[in-house]
Amino acid sequence: MSQQFDLLVIGGGPGGYVAAIRASQLGMKTALVEREHLGGVCLNWGCIPTKTLLRSSEIHHLLHHLDAFGLSADNIRFDLDKIVKRSRQVAGQLSGGIKHLLKKNKVTVFDGLGKLAGKGQVAVTKSDGATETLSAKHIILATGARARVMPHLKPDGKYIWTAREAMTPDVMPKKLLVIGSGAIGIEFASFYRNLGADVTVVEMVDRILPAEDEEISALARKAFEKQGFKIITGAKVDQLVPGPNTIEAHINQGDKIVKESFDRVVLAIGIVGNTENIGLEGTKVQVDRGHIVVDEYLRTAEPGVYALGDVVGAPWLAHKASHEGIICVEKIAGIKDVHPIKTSNIPGCTYCMPQIASVGLSEAKAKAAGYEIKVGRFPFMANGKAIALGEPEGLIKTIFDTKTGELLGAHMIGTEVTEMIQGYVIAKTLESTEKELMHTIFPHPTLSEMMHESVLDAYGQAIHF
Amino acid sequence: MTINILMPALSPTMTEGKLANWLKKEGEAVKAGDVIAEIETDKATMEVEAVDEGILGKILIPAGTDGVKVNELIAVLLEDGEDSSAIGAAPAAKPVTNGAAKVEATAAPVTAAPAGKITDNGARVFATPLARRIANDQGVTLQNVVGTGPNGRIIKIDVEAAMRNKSVAPVAAAPAAITASTPVSAPAVKGPDAKKLSDAYGMAYDLVPNSKMRQVIARRLSESKQTVPHFYLSLDCELDALLALRQDLNGRSPEGKGSYKLSVNDFIIKAVAASLIRVPAANSAYTDEAALFYKHADISVAVATPTGLITPIIKKAETKGLATISSEMKDLAVRARDGKLKPEEFQGGSFSISNLGMFGVKEFAAIINPPQACILAVGAGEQRAVVRKGALAIANVMTVTLSVDHRVVDGAVGAEFLAEFKKIVEDPIKLVL
Repeated sequence: MSQQFDLLVIGGGPGGYVAAIRASQLGMKTALVEREHLGGVCLNWGCIPTKTLLRSSEIHHLLHHLDAFGLSADNIRFDLDKIVKRSRQVAGQLSGGIKHLLKKNKVTVFDGLGKLAGKGQVAVTKSDGATETLSAKHIILATGARARVMPHLKPDGKYIWTAREAMTPDVMPKKLLVIGSGAIGIEFASFYRNLGADVTVVEMVDRILPAEDEEISALARKAFEKQGFKIITGAKVDQLVPGPNTIEAHINQGDKIVKESFDRVVLAIGIVGNTENIGLEGTKVQVDRGHIVVDEYLRTAEPGVYALGDVVGAPWLAHKASHEGIICVEKIAGIKDVHPIKTSNIPGCTYCMPQIASVGLSEAKAKAAGYEIKVGRFPFMANGKAIALGEPEGLIKTIFDTKTGELLGAHMIGTEVTEMIQGYVIAKTLESTEKELMHTIFPHPTLSEMMHESVLDAYGQAIHF
Repeated sequence: MTINILMPALSPTMTEGKLANWLKKEGEAVKAGDVIAEIETDKATMEVEAVDEGILGKILIPAGTDGVKVNELIAVLLEDGEDSSAIGAAPAAKPVTNGAAKVEATAAPVTAAPAGKITDNGARVFATPLARRIANDQGVTLQNVVGTGPNGRIIKIDVEAAMRNKSVAPVAAAPAAITASTPVSAPAVKGPDAKKLSDAYGMAYDLVPNSKMRQVIARRLSESKQTVPHFYLSLDCELDALLALRQDLNGRSPEGKGSYKLSVNDFIIKAVAASLIRVPAANSAYTDEAALFYKHADISVAVATPTGLITPIIKKAETKGLATISSEMKDLAVRARDGKLKPEEFQGGSFSISNLGMFGVKEFAAIINPPQACILAVGAGEQRAVVRKGALAIANVMTVTLSVDHRVVDGAVGAEFLAEFKKIVEDPIKLVL
């Protein structure tokens, strides 16, 4: 007789483990199957280790600009092994934390590869090959996603990296090519550039960070180029030709193909869902372009089977996955007032230097959606705290619906904006209009004052600019 | 443990009422069954009985408070040995008790109404700033919007949904709202604002705020006249035989107990009931899905009261004798004027009668009392010249006008009913059959 559960989650990332904990809180007998590390890509191979690396590179950057602050240091060096080791240690520490949280919440964890095996059944294959079958009324697929590869853009584990290899480098590349300028590509570009590498970013569309507001993209490009990035947009890499200790990239810029050699190449050309080997064959679960198809409450076409997080598609963000986990489980539990996720309220953050954070519609998308808009802008160079910090680069931009005063979008570039975006996310979640934001008292002196001023500016009332 | 006394629901549709009076003071001992307060609803004043015994520890809603929601905490009862210090800790901590036990059975549909749906009496409507802004700009009344946000809060999509419903089915939406809830506000007055205009021209007037009853009359009758397709049928009835029978019967009334004095109106009630049983198609109501044909003649009789019009009901009038109808009608009318009718005594009739004959009104057309299909407007009985066998004669004649909801009752049915009514009135001995 197989073990019986009310709810079983395949995948222990931020979607899966949050769903499992919430289910257990709601009184369900819950199990979680994880094939590798609790915490998923986010904690082990994404958000957390990269932030650790970026912190090192940020400090390194500051050490080279000490003079402006009246400080000096000689013989500034870094130890790549130690930087990477710290990053792995932080990931390991947090993964252990998840294990503890699951235990505390009475979630039974199975180490192994989970796979659907008939109605309400999941087969778990352990590393030693032994298998066990579990039963559950509700099964959540939270199997995540992995770096996309293409026939001509494939990692070789040594010179051509995906994010996973890029965050555990054995040597510091002198010359690095980053293919793709989304959040992942830009963060690695930023990390390696701030440690002194010569970095080239190739982006297929006409601007970097294509998911962000155009104005923010342009400001980011300017800032990166000032730091010495080489950025090629409207271009694609046709071919990566291995040479002795280098890779020759054929960069197709439309009118010409430039051949250039690099020490290392980072592939950051997108994400594809882990939909294979999880037993979808023979079920009604639909897969569309590498992602499982679900409804607004994360239900697949197969009764009793749900999917969430990266495996169901963009935006590939840990906090989206976690929130989906909550929605999915609360809906299963029959809780009232469960609302589908609102894409326009999901913030996105990129931890380059300067940081980028946004929520909602870009100016162009708001216009395309037919809104008549008011746009507010406030630059970092007019903010006391930003100047005091020596971080006068950046902009906070807000977009309102002229008709209703709804905050349609907010877009920020500059130091610490990733910590500030939540203010606008709360405003959007509470359906604030410009009035409530205007009447909110922001503390002085802070960077957050710029958020206030940007709103005021949208209505022609900015005080400090 | 203290006992919470909640605002009781006095009828299935009641969502709020006015706490008219406290009959017990704070600190006073209360026994189960004691009347502790009076609640005024749309049309009636009801007594709230205590279900438990104890000491009235704290009155939370003062007398005269309007718009008290059903199930709102109105007072706290202290049990033996408790003092008022227990109150702070207690409210909501203990299973709650409704003010009157008899109401509990009907409380369920009321509590099912979405939380946060509040009236225009100053109570708070929970809505996001954006929802408020859009509602205000689009003329959506937040009180009529069902909130789906956290704790029933009205969010943007709720207002948008309300706007869509409005544009799709403006007519159907209105009656639905009325049966689903009991909004107290009168419909917004369209056209020139009488007050603004009067002020502009310096006209003198007294301002009397609308009572709940006035608001209900305004709302229901506006809705009836605007949404129910009325048509009218008039007929003259000779009353001489009826008046003779009345005199005869009243002459037989015993002295003292069991005495009666039949009015013409009592005969009309009985005649209407008998006619409805013979023409059941007129004893009906219309819904979007089906027509309802009532099996009994529950006759709503319009009674003028100092605060407005109310229609107490003679239930199953076809089964009652004239003396019973007469005494019931007297009792109902007295209690109607005192505002003491129970909801079931004025809600749920099948056919209405409005009689203005005592004022000498010759004839008039009444507005249908929804959801009923017909109302009979009765004019004064008076001596008129009539033509009989080619010669003028004098007869007592009364003109009645039937207002009919054409959605469910057609002209021929209305005419058939009136013909039956006339036959009975002119030959009242038929009532014996």
